[in-house]
Amino acid sequence: MAITVDEVFETAKMILYQNLDIRTTTLGINLKDCVDSDFRAFKKKVYDKVCKNGSILIKEAGKLELKYGIPIVNKRMSVTPVSIIMEAHLSKKKFLEMAMILDKAAEDAGVDFIGGFGTLCQKGLTRSDNLLIEVLPDVLSNTKHVCSFLNVGSNVSGMNLDAVNLLGAMLKKTAGKTRNALGCARFVVFVNAPEDNPFMAGAFHGIGEGDSTLNIGISGPGVVRSVVEKNKDCDLTELSEVIKRTVFKITRAGELIGRELAKNLKIPFGVVDISLASTTNKGDSVADIVKAFGIESIGAHGSTLAIALLMDAVKKGGAMASANVGGLSGTFMPVSEDMGMVEAVKRKSLSLDKLEALTAVCSVGLDMVAIPGNTPEETINAIIADELSIGIINNKTTAVRILPIPGKKPGDLVKLGGLLGIAPVMSVNRYSAKNFMKRGGRLPAPITSLRN
Amino acid sequence: MKKELSFITVIGKDKKGIVAKISNLLYKNNVNIEDINQKIMEGLFVMTMLVDISGYKYPINKLNLSLERIGKEMGLRIQLQHENIFKMMHRV
Repeated sequence: MAITVDEVFETAKMILYQNLDIRTTTLGINLKDCVDSDFRAFKKKVYDKVCKNGSILIKEAGKLELKYGIPIVNKRMSVTPVSIIMEAHLSKKKFLEMAMILDKAAEDAGVDFIGGFGTLCQKGLTRSDNLLIEVLPDVLSNTKHVCSFLNVGSNVSGMNLDAVNLLGAMLKKTAGKTRNALGCARFVVFVNAPEDNPFMAGAFHGIGEGDSTLNIGISGPGVVRSVVEKNKDCDLTELSEVIKRTVFKITRAGELIGRELAKNLKIPFGVVDISLASTTNKGDSVADIVKAFGIESIGAHGSTLAIALLMDAVKKGGAMASANVGGLSGTFMPVSEDMGMVEAVKRKSLSLDKLEALTAVCSVGLDMVAIPGNTPEETINAIIADELSIGIINNKTTAVRILPIPGKKPGDLVKLGGLLGIAPVMSVNRYSAKNFMKRGGRLPAPITSLRN
Repeated sequence: MKKELSFITVIGKDKKGIVAKISNLLYKNNVNIEDINQKIMEGLFVMTMLVDISGYKYPINKLNLSLERIGKEMGLRIQLQHENIFKMMHRV
């Protein structure tokens, strides 16, 4: 059956007026084959491999952008967790040099971010992991493109509280070294981190992956908001259907671009991650979808139900559209990057506590949350541990990307600039969990992990 | 030669000469028009042209730029997109 004018118009409208885009094409590459006992040779191999692959990615992605008339907003790379390849080069200086060479390679290739400067330490920290965390404030303040992650727990390993307990101090140090704590925006801590997530700051090329793979992140909160606005009176089942159908369509666009780009790059296609990811553009907001559902302001009672419905419908539509749906697939709820969220915090309808509740049903966690710079490090650790325990017990990914902004107090607005938006500083519970957190150790894996 | 089909979508206000200008550009560049449809939707004039670009000799962004120029002159949004994106999104 021929494509009708209505169908062409629907797609054109999504792209022209509702901010539908391929949010990211992320090329994952294995760096284990670059390891060399001669550190200089090692660095050169890393630089060459990243640079060569990155340049090809940019060229080929540009061609498809023109062919299909859909913007491919970000071209990124992810690499093998750096802690693994650095096990035989244990010095702070070398870790920093490795970060600098990755940064330079990303810059020279023209990719905007390179993810993977991190480690999987859900059960324990190796010497290399410890060094990596120690050097992170310097890495995040001396690079522009390098993104870092830690996976500190999983539902089969439990949570490594000793690793979490290092993060408050690390984040405060990073915040002190970068303007408005911006370095902290390139660090995310996970439990149950997906090894094929294409979205930053948490992308890395998992150790179970092949030599290279292409993962696609597609997004369109604006498209979903627009369709919800057109369906004002339908009940929840119908609303879910409407969202599913829309998400099916946008995921298919991601599938098409992903498959063709992988073919042109002559590498295997990984996953399509269909995650509603807000931007600072007007209406391209998850908070505005919730508003279109009929909730005055996100954070109001009823918001958790709204996000639960949205998440599930997104997954169902996505799963039908692609055989390879993966990554995080659901909805992000970054605070500073979503103008509807920013407004909700400003009008005091969204608190950190309610945001935490919402993350029990969303796909990620506390994302781009600014807190006062004088928050005690144990409290930051406890915020992280609370959020991550939701993931461990509920068998899902959760993550934290938090910015303790020096000199700022609750209610202040901090301009982060560009895609990162504006951060309203949120207030934090003033009572302490210090004595609990200092017990350290590992949260045992939950009973639901005993499935064998 | 195997056909390579793309859609040209024109969105905006209807006025004289839209089809003439675009088809003239296509004719000069050896691009064949396979089908034309138009409709008023949500108060906007929407026209789609299914075109075969297999005979086009230059890199595709040159055609994009020429269409964009016509769009600017006439106050219209004009897009060129390979037909596969519509097939993927609207057909199971």
